[in-house]
Amino acid sequence: MPVDERAKRGITLAWQEPARFEGLSVHKFVAAGAKDKSRTRVVALLEMLGLEGARYIGRSVDKTLSGGERKRIELASILAMEPRLVLMDEPDSGIDVEALQHIFEALRGLKQKGVTVILITHSLAVLEQADHAFLICNGSLLDKGSVEKIGMYFTNKCIPCSHRNKPNLEESKI
Amino acid sequence: MSGKDIVAELMQSIGVDPAHPFGDDVARIEVHENRIVGVHLVPGLQVDANETDTGIDAAITVADGARIERPVHICFGVLPENGIQHINLNMRIRQDSRASFLAHCTFPNAKDVQHLMNAVIEVGPGAHYAYFERHVHGKYGGVNVVPVAKVVVHEGAEFTTEFELIKGRAGRIDFSYDTECRARSVVEMTARINGRETDSIVLREKATLIGEDARAALVTHIALRDQARAEIYNEITATGDRARGHVDCKEIVIGEAVAKAVPSVEVRNPTAHVTHEAAIGSVDSKQLQTLLSRGLNEDEATDLIVEGLLSKKTRWS
Repeated sequence: MPVDERAKRGITLAWQEPARFEGLSVHKFVAAGAKDKSRTRVVALLEMLGLEGARYIGRSVDKTLSGGERKRIELASILAMEPRLVLMDEPDSGIDVEALQHIFEALRGLKQKGVTVILITHSLAVLEQADHAFLICNGSLLDKGSVEKIGMYFTNKCIPCSHRNKPNLEESKI
Repeated sequence: MSGKDIVAELMQSIGVDPAHPFGDDVARIEVHENRIVGVHLVPGLQVDANETDTGIDAAITVADGARIERPVHICFGVLPENGIQHINLNMRIRQDSRASFLAHCTFPNAKDVQHLMNAVIEVGPGAHYAYFERHVHGKYGGVNVVPVAKVVVHEGAEFTTEFELIKGRAGRIDFSYDTECRARSVVEMTARINGRETDSIVLREKATLIGEDARAALVTHIALRDQARAEIYNEITATGDRARGHVDCKEIVIGEAVAKAVPSVEVRNPTAHVTHEAAIGSVDSKQLQTLLSRGLNEDEATDLIVEGLLSKKTRWS
């Protein structure tokens, strides 16, 4: 199914490194797939993500914004389309601690609305936002289960591992 | 048709309500074909213009030290399908003066229209001069736009120009600006053009940084669709101490369109520094995928990306 058709059914994604759009305003970018394209709505979404809406709405989604700012603006554009399923690749990369809390709040908001969010992460802090976890190593699914269970791999520093695709479960136990 | 009626029609063609065009504090000059159909001046601005067989000869001067608060509005237009308009322009922005001009060039019905301009522009020491030129073309692509300008920017002066052709068919454009930049001057020349069908666009922008600490930026952003063609020649030569220059050329090509960019950078002073970046290609895949994943179809996503590329770079209305 084409990407835009999937999006029309509520499936979307956020890149690890969001695209830059020279000259395209934050307002137009966020409103691109929005159900409510109004300025009021866009400002509210930006504020929700810890960005001063009035200051950002007229700026371009380009290199004048930091990676963290673009990441939050991309998330605003996802919230605007009111999706049913979101795939997010490393939502914490390039994000400072304070901004990360806004992203986590947005994720919790999506969860409360019944939106499925698939997070790809190397971070325990991001993992802890999830309800279920899968461990993938070198292209293979190694384990799945509760966040606590999969979190052990982070706790015991699975990386670097000498046992590709064959984790030493003894070592991983707390 | 009376001059007043023509001015009203020109204003309509550029989206300005003829009943409320501009306030008395805004200087205006309206030229239709070879007729000067409206002039309104403000203190500090002098215009001497004569009609010729095919256009006008005009000398526009901003007096020494004058501050023209509101942008001067110029409208050059040819409303019929066929016609010629040849503008000879002598622009003098005198020492320490400050003025900005907003020029609309409107050819909404053109099937065979020639719009030719030969300009000599002198920006005096310490003066600030900004010129925004917005073209409004119709759907036939029957306009031949040939602006040729020789510009001297004196010590400590600033010259900003922006050429915009977004609406309608570009037709044929052959644009040539040659700028001499003296000590501590600042020059920024931007062109934003949308070409489609069989439009043909040639841009030649040249800045010669002869003075110490002179700075120039040449920015060209073009989107081409269908069988449109573009050739961009941006050239900066730096000879002055600590001169700085930058060339930025970005073009998006869609369909069978063809774009060619030839940035030329020459530095003849070891303390000078000039950079260039040129990017030509189809619509960026990551940008496209992002917008598709928001539910836009490919045409809508492409239009939005192009709109961004061609958006205004300065704070003009």
